[in-house]
Amino acid sequence: MNVLSAIINGLSAGGTYAMIALGYTMVYGIAKMLNFAHGDIIMVGGYAMFVTLLLCRQPLLALAVAVVFCVLIGILIERLAYKPLRGASSLAVLITAIGMSYLLQSLAQVIFKSAPKPMTALQIGGMLTFGSFSVAYSTLITLAATVIVMVTLSLFIKYSKTGRAMIAVSEDKGAALLMGINVNKIIAITFAIGSALAALAGYFMLAKAPSLSNTLGAMPGIKAFTAAVIGGIGSIPGAMLGGILLGVVESMCNSVPVIAPYTDAIEFSILILILLVKPSGILGKMRREKV
Amino acid sequence: MRTKNFLKNYANYVAVALFLIIAVVMSLTGMAKMNDLLLFEKIAIAAVLAVSLSMVVGFLGELSLGHAGFMCVGAFLGGKLASLLAPKLGGESSIPVLVISLLVGGLVAALFGFIIGLPALRLRGDYLAIVTLAFGEIVRAVIMNLPSGLFGGTLGLKTPRFDKKTLFIFAFLVLLACLAVTQNLIKSKHGRAITSIRDNEIAARAMGIDITKYKLLVFTISSFFAGMAGVLYSYTMSSVNSANFDYNYSIEILVMVVLGGMGSINGSLIAAALITFIRNILQLKLEGDLAVLQDLLFAVILIVVVIYRNAPSLKNFREKYNIKALWAASKKKKADKGKKEA
Repeated sequence: MNVLSAIINGLSAGGTYAMIALGYTMVYGIAKMLNFAHGDIIMVGGYAMFVTLLLCRQPLLALAVAVVFCVLIGILIERLAYKPLRGASSLAVLITAIGMSYLLQSLAQVIFKSAPKPMTALQIGGMLTFGSFSVAYSTLITLAATVIVMVTLSLFIKYSKTGRAMIAVSEDKGAALLMGINVNKIIAITFAIGSALAALAGYFMLAKAPSLSNTLGAMPGIKAFTAAVIGGIGSIPGAMLGGILLGVVESMCNSVPVIAPYTDAIEFSILILILLVKPSGILGKMRREKV
Repeated sequence: MRTKNFLKNYANYVAVALFLIIAVVMSLTGMAKMNDLLLFEKIAIAAVLAVSLSMVVGFLGELSLGHAGFMCVGAFLGGKLASLLAPKLGGESSIPVLVISLLVGGLVAALFGFIIGLPALRLRGDYLAIVTLAFGEIVRAVIMNLPSGLFGGTLGLKTPRFDKKTLFIFAFLVLLACLAVTQNLIKSKHGRAITSIRDNEIAARAMGIDITKYKLLVFTISSFFAGMAGVLYSYTMSSVNSANFDYNYSIEILVMVVLGGMGSINGSLIAAALITFIRNILQLKLEGDLAVLQDLLFAVILIVVVIYRNAPSLKNFREKYNIKALWAASKKKKADKGKKEA
């Protein structure tokens, strides 16, 4: 029973990682950059929810406000920091993204101070019980939401016009431009979708552990990137797989007291191992680099 | 011409040595208080870290986000060794103990750098950055959770108290050694091979450059000095805690390298001294939650500097208005004026 409940908890944590990893993987696949500030968008969404909840106690309204705010912030960051560097070396873009992450974290601390904020209003209570076994509703809702998001996103990319344009931009920016695709708009849309997913992931994270601080998104962000790389970056099912895998491993490790302190170390070791064996990730495609 | 070259090649050694001499004089005459000596130590440590990281980021062109992890290895191993050796080899201020722990801390960190360099051969750019970040976090988690008899656990490791009046001299000697190694490596033919890997790895390979060897070399040397800086750090603090060596610390070192200008050793040196100095002043002025204002400031500076130096659309502006171009233009103007008068 213990193992089973660890797996179910892992699936729910994995669902949250998968949702964040989807944002990483889309931005990486289309804009070819590692958006280090992606994890901190979660935190921005968290504070947007916090402010909304101060005004009126409606968790769903707070979520909606957070999604809209994160989308705007995501597009703004892309415009101000990443767009001027399109065509510059990837090292420069990476460093700017790190600076952005640092900026968002310290800005949040300046505005909201460092003391963690309780967010109990978002908690989803209740357990579903089958005989001797019980699952929290929040776990089930997170899982369901992840599956819905992933299916919708896959269909959107495969069949909608914008989605196909995204694939085109990720394959070849120059050719996409010649085919009449507005590359800048497509990249902005990608950032918007990623940020909306980050806000959603933030909602589920806070529903489970209702404490909000300016480093809320830092560690989950890095872990979700790890998940995206394990699954194969640029691949949507890969992000899902990597996220779930990481979540299950994490919850299994946490359930054994002797291993629990080393959970982070184990997760990162898995990343290093996978990169050594198959640098493109489990479901990723290998690209040959040319001069 | 020879004096000009001499100045160009050795200006930074001379500057560091002058700084050291002034610091020693200040310390002997009692002009420098304990806090100032501590600041000197911090500056030297930051400069060693920045110069060694600049080898990886500025010259090899790979982003390492785990520099604090290598420092952490050095700090804990060197600190532990020093506290074990100190009672046997002439007390806490014994110089041989300091030297031995510096070397051991550096060598073990170098070994880790070598091990991390191995995946670096297969990975590049963003992936490598994440692996180094992961390494830093693994080291921290392992050291924190080992039995507390070994490295002090969550409470941190108590380290020997060296004579405060002379410790900064050793810190500066390490900095001079670091400068000498880095500078000579970069100016040699190996240095040109390393920068060619940065500029185009595939072309460098086609030219017959052994990329494996050079990447490993740079990672190993860089982590060696990071480890030494870690040992110095553990001597500076009365105890070291693995929480200090988190990812943000690696970023702070990266900020120094980027602000100093990538691929410029002198730049890293100046930026490290300047940032440590400014932080020291701001730390006294800003208390509590306001302290984060300095992080905000450095984040903004980092973003602005990187965009200004790299944005393709600003290329013309950069070429027209940089210091060198303006200097050349004013020289040319003077020369033209001279010609007219003649």
